[in-house]
Amino acid sequence: MNALDPNMPAPLYAKRTAVFPKKIDGPFRRFKWLVMALCLAVYWGTPWIRWDRGPNAPGQAVLVDLAHRRFYMFAIEIWPQEFYFVAGMLIMAGIGLFLVTSAVGRAWCGYACPQTVWTDLYQHVDRLIDGDRNAQLRLNAAPWTPAKLARRLFKWSVYLGIAFVTGGAWIFYFADAPTLQRAFWTGTAAPVAYASTGILTFTTFWLGGFMREQVCIYMCPWPRIQTAMLDENSLTVTYKHWRGEPRGSLKEAKGAETPLGDCIDCKQCVAVCPTGIDIREGPQIGCITCALCVDACDKAMASVGRARGLIDYCTLIDAEREIKGEPARPVRKVLLRPRLIAYFAVWGGIGLALLFMLGARERLTLSVARERNPEFVQLSGGAVRNAFTLALRNMEDRPRTLRIAAEGLQGALLYTDDMAPGAARAAIDVAVPADSTAKVRLYAVVPAASARPQDFALTATPLDKEGHTPRRETHFAAPKTEHDDHEEEHD
Amino acid sequence: MTHDTKHDDKVIDHATGTAKVGHEWDGIEELDTPLPRWWLWTFYASILFALVYVVLYPAIPMLHSASTGMLGWTSRGVLADDMAREKAEHQAVRAAIAATPIEALAGNPALQRAAIEGGHAAFKVNCVQCHGAGAAGAKGYPNLNDDDWLWGGDLTTIQQTLINGIRQPGNDATRSSQMPSFVRDGILTGRQVQDVVSFVRVLSKQDPANAASARGAVLFAGNCAVCHGAGGEGNRSVGAPKLSDKIWLYGGDRAALTETVTNAHGGVMPAWGGRLDPVTIKMLSVYVHSLGGGEAAPVAVPATAAAPAAGAAQ
Repeated sequence: MNALDPNMPAPLYAKRTAVFPKKIDGPFRRFKWLVMALCLAVYWGTPWIRWDRGPNAPGQAVLVDLAHRRFYMFAIEIWPQEFYFVAGMLIMAGIGLFLVTSAVGRAWCGYACPQTVWTDLYQHVDRLIDGDRNAQLRLNAAPWTPAKLARRLFKWSVYLGIAFVTGGAWIFYFADAPTLQRAFWTGTAAPVAYASTGILTFTTFWLGGFMREQVCIYMCPWPRIQTAMLDENSLTVTYKHWRGEPRGSLKEAKGAETPLGDCIDCKQCVAVCPTGIDIREGPQIGCITCALCVDACDKAMASVGRARGLIDYCTLIDAEREIKGEPARPVRKVLLRPRLIAYFAVWGGIGLALLFMLGARERLTLSVARERNPEFVQLSGGAVRNAFTLALRNMEDRPRTLRIAAEGLQGALLYTDDMAPGAARAAIDVAVPADSTAKVRLYAVVPAASARPQDFALTATPLDKEGHTPRRETHFAAPKTEHDDHEEEHD
Repeated sequence: MTHDTKHDDKVIDHATGTAKVGHEWDGIEELDTPLPRWWLWTFYASILFALVYVVLYPAIPMLHSASTGMLGWTSRGVLADDMAREKAEHQAVRAAIAATPIEALAGNPALQRAAIEGGHAAFKVNCVQCHGAGAAGAKGYPNLNDDDWLWGGDLTTIQQTLINGIRQPGNDATRSSQMPSFVRDGILTGRQVQDVVSFVRVLSKQDPANAASARGAVLFAGNCAVCHGAGGEGNRSVGAPKLSDKIWLYGGDRAALTETVTNAHGGVMPAWGGRLDPVTIKMLSVYVHSLGGGEAAPVAVPATAAAPAAGAAQ
């Protein structure tokens, strides 16, 4: 068969070789612990933070209230028409990833990506239950005895437990967390809550417990995109082959004719790798640059009394410099380059713009939609009436009363569909409850003398005299009179 | 070909490691590539699904119908269920509207809003064909937005018009009246009609008074004032339009007025009492009343609104 034939191309499907990373301690591992703790704490803790917004708004600090179309984030409340804030934040997240990737390579992959965080968590579960790498390898190769089965079932239930807590936490971002939790356990929560929890429990269980590094290598598009964004100035985890090669154990080094390199071929870098690659083969798509191999190699180098950093974060330019025997450039020089400054400027610019808009946005707005069918209504006395649909948005946490008036429309009388036409007057008051939109069907009647097509503005003045007065330019439609035609000829 | 190996009577292709079928055309041979397992199992599962489906759902076409399936499912049944569910959802609101007298709806803003929305929906289905989507009407079809009503614009009067229609044949309670065709019926001559038209245009302040209008005024007083009033103010009890305002159902220019006086008009609106349920008619009345020209209920009951209850019972 061709699989055994070295002259034939390799088959397209590679069977997975299970990865059993060895436990390691070191500065990068400790940093990874810290990031993991932070990510998990933010994910699990955020929905439970309370935030007092008064009686008319929910008391949860971060809440995506899809049912009422509100997005709450601490002191910020976003209405659907302000969704550009979320879009802006997503753009910032994207450019932030570009920035981080250009500066420190695949740091996102190595430390903060949920797939990395949960794979890491599950690999710790493996070590806790099955023991370290060697014990896991032995157990994996062992036949299926009842003892192994029991151990596996126990481990998978722990997987499932973590997966459930992970999937279940997601729903608390979309409803009041304490209420939803009670409803969840009493079986009275919305079906979508159970469905989301079920789906996310399954994906966490499957992707974190079993797929692991295959997600990064085969499923995720991000490594491919990142590869395009890395340049010769990006930090990547690098095996310094010019220092390490030719590799050989201490015993081999003693018998060697020419002196060997620093790499003692202890394979600790391979043993600790969570994606099961050999970093000494050079940069590769499987490397998520978590730098655990740096910790492992430093430890090995220390035990044989050699300098640390045989495997280390290094840029391509610095690698070339080091090969030539020149010292690596200082970090400041690597980071302060035009590309990073440009990314940072764009990122920061969008951030500042969002902050500015957040500070300058109005919490009381008026929209006006003119009735176009019919455009105007001729009244029997010669007056002309137009209809408008007003949306008065009161985004503050207090009820407000607004006085609607027509500016620049001579003799106009206003009334709404709740009022009798006879009660029409020059200005009408509309009460808008706290944090809500009042929709008003407004009729404007203009006496025959001034009933001609003209532009005017509708204003909504808050009676509490606080804040600004929303104003909208609009148009009054009327039949054209001979006088108007005459005027146009002269225009 | 020389690299091929034989294995259990099967010729194995060297390049792919797959058995050959044994067919050969000018040196091109066919491989016996097995179907992927996932595909095969999906295929078997589809067959199984189809068997179950045929038993459970209508599937086999026959001469006049199709097999019904054990579940008794039909797409018409789904539609009927949807409609029934929709109806059930609206049941509470409709019951509340039915229980509230039409004049009292304004006292309950939420219910009135529901009635207006319900009326709008019914209007789009039943009324737009004549009155237009914006209820602005057309020539011969009244504009429901304005403040000019032929038969009256308060809630009960609108409801009465809706239930019994206008000039609806075979309906005793329908609103009925007929303007004479003054020329066709030989009441006025063509010249006299022109004089009347001149006077009507003076009444509506479109033309200044002149000799013709003065002659017309006499004719108007003798022939028209009985319905339209001495000053052309109209009479809602017979649906006679006001002639002194800016609103014309068939046009206010000289040609249109001449046509109206010569041949007369008598528009027909169907009686909806037998077609729509009372709640829908009530909602339609509230909707039409809300369009901007709705009038308050008159203090004294006029003759036209004498028997709405009798009309509703027809």
